[in-house]
Amino acid sequence: MERQPLALRIVLAAGLVALAAFPFVGEKFYVQFVTKVMIWAIFAVSLDLLVGYTGLVSLGHALSYGLAAYTLMLLTPQYEAAGFWTSLGASLGVAALAALVVGLLVLRTSGIYFIMVTLAFGQMAYYYVHDSDRLGGSDGKYIYVRPALEIAGWKPFDLDQFTHFYYVALALLAGVYFALRVLLASPFGRVIVGIKENEHRMRMLGFATFRYKLVCFVLAGVLAGLAGWLAAAHDGLVNPEMLSWHQSGQLLMMVILGGMGTPSGPILGAAALKVLELLFQSWTKHWQLLLGGFIVLAVLLIPRGLAQLFEWKRRG
Amino acid sequence: MAEAALRTESLQKLFGGLAAVNGVSLACELGRVHAVIGPNGAGKTTLINLLSGDLEPSSGRIEILGREVTGLAPHRISQMGVGRSYQRTNIFMRFTAFENCRLAAQSRLPTSMRFLRPAARYSAVNDAAAKALEVCDLSSRQDTVAAELSHGERRQLEVAMTLATSPKVLLLDEPLAGMGAEESARMVELLRRLAPGHAMLLVEHDMDAVFALADTLTVMVNGSVLASGTPEEIRASREVQEAYLGSEEHG
Repeated sequence: MERQPLALRIVLAAGLVALAAFPFVGEKFYVQFVTKVMIWAIFAVSLDLLVGYTGLVSLGHALSYGLAAYTLMLLTPQYEAAGFWTSLGASLGVAALAALVVGLLVLRTSGIYFIMVTLAFGQMAYYYVHDSDRLGGSDGKYIYVRPALEIAGWKPFDLDQFTHFYYVALALLAGVYFALRVLLASPFGRVIVGIKENEHRMRMLGFATFRYKLVCFVLAGVLAGLAGWLAAAHDGLVNPEMLSWHQSGQLLMMVILGGMGTPSGPILGAAALKVLELLFQSWTKHWQLLLGGFIVLAVLLIPRGLAQLFEWKRRG
Repeated sequence: MAEAALRTESLQKLFGGLAAVNGVSLACELGRVHAVIGPNGAGKTTLINLLSGDLEPSSGRIEILGREVTGLAPHRISQMGVGRSYQRTNIFMRFTAFENCRLAAQSRLPTSMRFLRPAARYSAVNDAAAKALEVCDLSSRQDTVAAELSHGERRQLEVAMTLATSPKVLLLDEPLAGMGAEESARMVELLRRLAPGHAMLLVEHDMDAVFALADTLTVMVNGSVLASGTPEEIRASREVQEAYLGSEEHG
């Protein structure tokens, strides 16, 4: 794995500083907006692990995200906070289990079939949740109290305070980003990148590729679950749309827009898409037309994504 | 007679009604080069695909280093000490030559389910990769991306990757394909150096190279073995001349 270009690293460092300072100057609405963008970014990074590094284009990635969100809802008593670690652990566990079961089946296919089968599993979960009264049906359900962390009477942070939530999301995004960098440099990371490049050759070199793809699929599912848990805790509600293929599709757009197979690309993509959405929404109610046009242009002009803009050194 | 490192018995592969490989029995010992020749469509590549696990035989058996491997998945056959190279270059085009070999050598770790320590710090893997490149005269090109190597260098890299997995049995599918005279000579020299430590099954059209390297020759025609023997016996065989050598001089 080559090192990231210097320009990109400077932008990243500056971005991290700016993000850390933002709650001191930003209004509540924007602080919460950036919190949501960071949650999307974690979600997009998890998909990039599949699409950009392993070459598995999933259209059902919202499955683990949504199930983790619903798990938090189910574990939250009506007027009390759910335990931070228990609910997080349960949400990630459910997300991992879902990814494991689905992965065992879908990873037997590849290419367009893989896309279709992941889509099918995602929609199955969507319709189940959509039609289940216990889970709130098409309206979803509210989570009235956010999870709380308490260690022997001490509360390190309070998720009901929007700045605290912001820093928790920032810390998790930074953690996920650096964990991904470590993962990609490891023997496991080299294997998944090799699978994307030439899976047949990997098998002939003696790698049991199915196993590595499955572990990767589960890891991506766990990260998506983290994003789902955060989203449910932040918004205080869950609804079936969290599981729908629109969600998976929008996520895929973020990854493509930002740059597949780059650690920072999905983060840039999530930010760009959400900021533009906000901007266009303030201009016109036909904002989706503008957003669609922008994506078409972006794909034509910077096919390798926004991260490409920072690769000054390697151009030409 | 030494234990054969590679042995097949009545190996057969049917594609529909067509027997691409039909009742092939052969053996190859460590330190020996066994060449398989024959006209296009004789089933040579299919034979290699059966041995490497790319294809599953319809019937017959394959033994490698004394263990039956018939029908095993390619990665398991590879782990038993079999390395194969491809007729059409099959490498990781976007990786450097070194990374191609490093990844190949990494396959010999007990597992690659290791998530924390950087792969570049596994010194045994790095050493195996560096050695494979050195044996194949590619050390000076190790930092070049595979897509930027010349055709001949890519063929060398293909062999280097195979070597980086420390195989006992080498299955080489037309290692000289598409090479110029000078590149061919270098490759023949390389294969000659590799012969002592390996059991080598060589499929090749270049007859000069085949007769320069092989200890044993098997001639295949239409999926079946036409003749098998030492280079002298094959050269003298009337059958072979009629079927193959005489009619296709340039190979």
